[in-house]
Amino acid sequence: MSDILVVMEQQQDRIGRISWEALSAAQRLAQQLGQAVSTVLVGSETSAFADAIAAWPLGKVVRVEHPLLAPYTADGFTLALQQLIEEARPTYVVFPHTYQVRDYAPALAARFGQVLIGDVVDIGAGPVFTRQLLQGRLNGVYRHSGDGPCFLSVQAGAFRADESTPSASPAEIAIITPTLEPAQIRTHPGEPFRGGTQTVDLGSAQRIVSVGRGIKDAASIPLIQELATALDAELAASRPICDSGWLPIERQVGSSGHTVAPKLYLAIGISGAIQHLVGMKGSQCVVAINKDPDAPIFEVADYGIVGDLFEVVPALIEAVKAARQ
Amino acid sequence: MKIIVAIKQVPERDAQIRIDAAGKWIEESGLQFALNEPDAYALEEALQLKEKHGGEVIVLSAGPERVGATLREALAKGADRAIHVVCDDLGQRDALDVARLLAAAIRPENPDLVLAGLQSEDLGLGQTGVIVAELLGLPHASLILHVEKTETGLKVKRELEEGWSQFVELPTPAVLTIQSGGNKLRYATLMGIKRAKSKEVRLLTAAELAIDSAPTVLLERVSLPQKQKSTQMLTGTPSEVAKALVEKLKFEVRLL
Repeated sequence: MSDILVVMEQQQDRIGRISWEALSAAQRLAQQLGQAVSTVLVGSETSAFADAIAAWPLGKVVRVEHPLLAPYTADGFTLALQQLIEEARPTYVVFPHTYQVRDYAPALAARFGQVLIGDVVDIGAGPVFTRQLLQGRLNGVYRHSGDGPCFLSVQAGAFRADESTPSASPAEIAIITPTLEPAQIRTHPGEPFRGGTQTVDLGSAQRIVSVGRGIKDAASIPLIQELATALDAELAASRPICDSGWLPIERQVGSSGHTVAPKLYLAIGISGAIQHLVGMKGSQCVVAINKDPDAPIFEVADYGIVGDLFEVVPALIEAVKAARQ
Repeated sequence: MKIIVAIKQVPERDAQIRIDAAGKWIEESGLQFALNEPDAYALEEALQLKEKHGGEVIVLSAGPERVGATLREALAKGADRAIHVVCDDLGQRDALDVARLLAAAIRPENPDLVLAGLQSEDLGLGQTGVIVAELLGLPHASLILHVEKTETGLKVKRELEEGWSQFVELPTPAVLTIQSGGNKLRYATLMGIKRAKSKEVRLLTAAELAIDSAPTVLLERVSLPQKQKSTQMLTGTPSEVAKALVEKLKFEVRLL
């Protein structure tokens, strides 16, 4: 079998974009190392996805199938992939950095005496792997040493998914049935559900004013709302604001909330941790207001203002109102 | 229920960071440290479970001497006792190494439940709890917002992506990693701070736990991030920057 394995993940009824990005990262690694890439699908029935993936230039598509692999459980996926990896002996195992991967890949790597290099945003010569530290305020370069497979997961949006082109001849598809017993699956997941009724549609909003920890307390939300109203924008927030109950969770932007792509994203008092950035970096124009000149939000901003939001926002409300009269 | 909460001391969120001389981590002298926020939520969940069902809450942390202050803080919030795995080389250990230390400290306690924050605010690995479960041979669930005790074990609310959730049932003993936001965090009371002074903090070392450091993944160097966009910084008084921004939105972005 081949040298680099990419574990593709089905999200709802398709292979999520982040899995194609993981594949693209693996292909970059494969070029550097002169190795081949194979993809892996794990589930009870994966044929529809396998055909879609086989259209791409790959060594192989491996369907790891067993009735006990749906729904997802950490125990089932860890056991199934452990058996595949022991058999295939890959040099690298690449994952998309999804919630599901975060749930089982660290345990899977530990089973091989390895540590997952999670949340990778860049791959350099060596190879070395860059990931973010201190909520995005620092980059760290990691290297894998010793024998055994190296486990990686790739951050959303870090690698372009459309770098490769469909191949003329479809890749070979193999089916592997792991040995699994019901008693080995110790957790029993229920059906996914979505809490509460949705009253805002941030995903299609054209303008968003988003607020973070910098506002200090709930009493300042109306000030930010006033700016949003003046700009005819939706109000949104980073996770800590919703955790504190200052705004409902349906207004949360980031990996655990909504992914947005408005024409204007105005980030107020948001430092820009990666969990937030993945939810908004598709915005056309980003404006950041923050008192910390080193806040990572400025790295993705088109316009930046370093200052006290309690002084800048009232002035901005006034200026916007004057301009729109 | 006997609950162990694994907590980590991390640099304060607003701390000014400077890269150290070796370029391998940040300069720690002069830094303020605090309890990692997701771990504060794990502690809160443990304290609430104890209030409902009785039992004991033990806080566990690995790190240098300064970690003692964070353990005292957890004791002041209501934990019953603490275990401090004293090690000065946390930065040279990878996630598996650290999890081995924690697992070795947890094993003799035979807890019903081990909780950890979902991820740390400094390294952001988000792996320690899951690896501890693997090393202890226990079932786990991650990204947990709410824990309910059932007759056979636990029913937990797990966060999924994009606003979705699910309930997961699992037997105890188990390991859970706790997502921020599930509960309202408590503050230590004066009485709690006073009581914490007489609570037990047991010191252990890596040597006593017989855990060597054998990392397979190493942080080779750190750097400040490169800008991904060319940012136009607007400077001046609040009213000057406000006017300048409105001009930009009007004539460059054409949004007003």
